[in-house]
Amino acid sequence: MTNELTCQELVELVTDYFENALTETERARVEQHLASCDGCDTYVEQMRETIETLGKLQEKDVSAEAQEKLLTVFRDWRLETGE
Amino acid sequence: MTASPPAFELSPTEQAQLAALRRGDENAFRELVAEYHGAMVRIAQMFVDDRDIAEQVAQEAWLGVLRGLERFQGRSSLKTWLFTIVSNLAKTRGKREKRTIPFSFFALRKLENYDQDTDEPAVPENRFRDAKDLYAGHWAMKPVPWEVDPERVALNSELMKYLEAAVEMLPEQQRIVITLRDIQGWTAEEVCNALGIAETNQRVLLHRARSKVRRAMEEYLQ
Ligand SMILES: [Zn+2]
Repeated sequence: MTNELTCQELVELVTDYFENALTETERARVEQHLASCDGCDTYVEQMRETIETLGKLQEKDVSAEAQEKLLTVFRDWRLETGE
Repeated sequence: MTASPPAFELSPTEQAQLAALRRGDENAFRELVAEYHGAMVRIAQMFVDDRDIAEQVAQEAWLGVLRGLERFQGRSSLKTWLFTIVSNLAKTRGKREKRTIPFSFFALRKLENYDQDTDEPAVPENRFRDAKDLYAGHWAMKPVPWEVDPERVALNSELMKYLEAAVEMLPEQQRIVITLRDIQGWTAEEVCNALGIAETNQRVLLHRARSKVRRAMEEYLQ
């Protein structure tokens, strides 16, 4: 392998690496770099932790109660503006 | 082609939303509430502890939005304007309750271009050794391992609120893709189909979004 990846190049390949979108050669270059670079190894681990933590967030819907209140606010405002 | 710097312009969607609101169109209001109310509550929660108070603040913010419609000049996006109104209100409320804000919504503003949809590197280039260096392109400032216990991270409600805000602050397409993929757990294929975008485009948006959220996490954890 003559053309070694730099760390700066590696950080741009992390998503493709996770998504299995690299060619076999590229993948080998990434893994070779990771085996000998603790900075990038930490970086990739942090990306994994970021994704894992995001998975613990939950999307909330607007409650029916909040929606009702907001519609009242809206209707009052419309009266207020003298329509 | 003009040489002057591009002035901010509302997207056609937001222009239409704004016009409909000004006409008093209730459906336009409902749609906007469905799109942003949850995010506004989360932003308010950055400043006030209590979920009910955050809900109240977000409701007050909507009244502020309606009353400010005539004055709104479209110098920022409608979304940014909504978020600014709610964060200002929540900040005032937070102060009244004498709560110190450890990590405000504005901490994210320190991260350069965080809310911009530009073609930027995953990691700012000043973190790497420059071209003159023998090890050009290698870390100058290596990331430091985080001391988070993955089992317990969800119990850190302050971090979770911060993370929610970090997702909300992303530019729209990045926010949608990362929400569907990493929060809702959709597959890449499902996202591409739902949004009508190509696989590579989906991956670029996801990459930018995840890289930024990692930076935000790093900012918080270091
Ligand atoms: Zn490296």
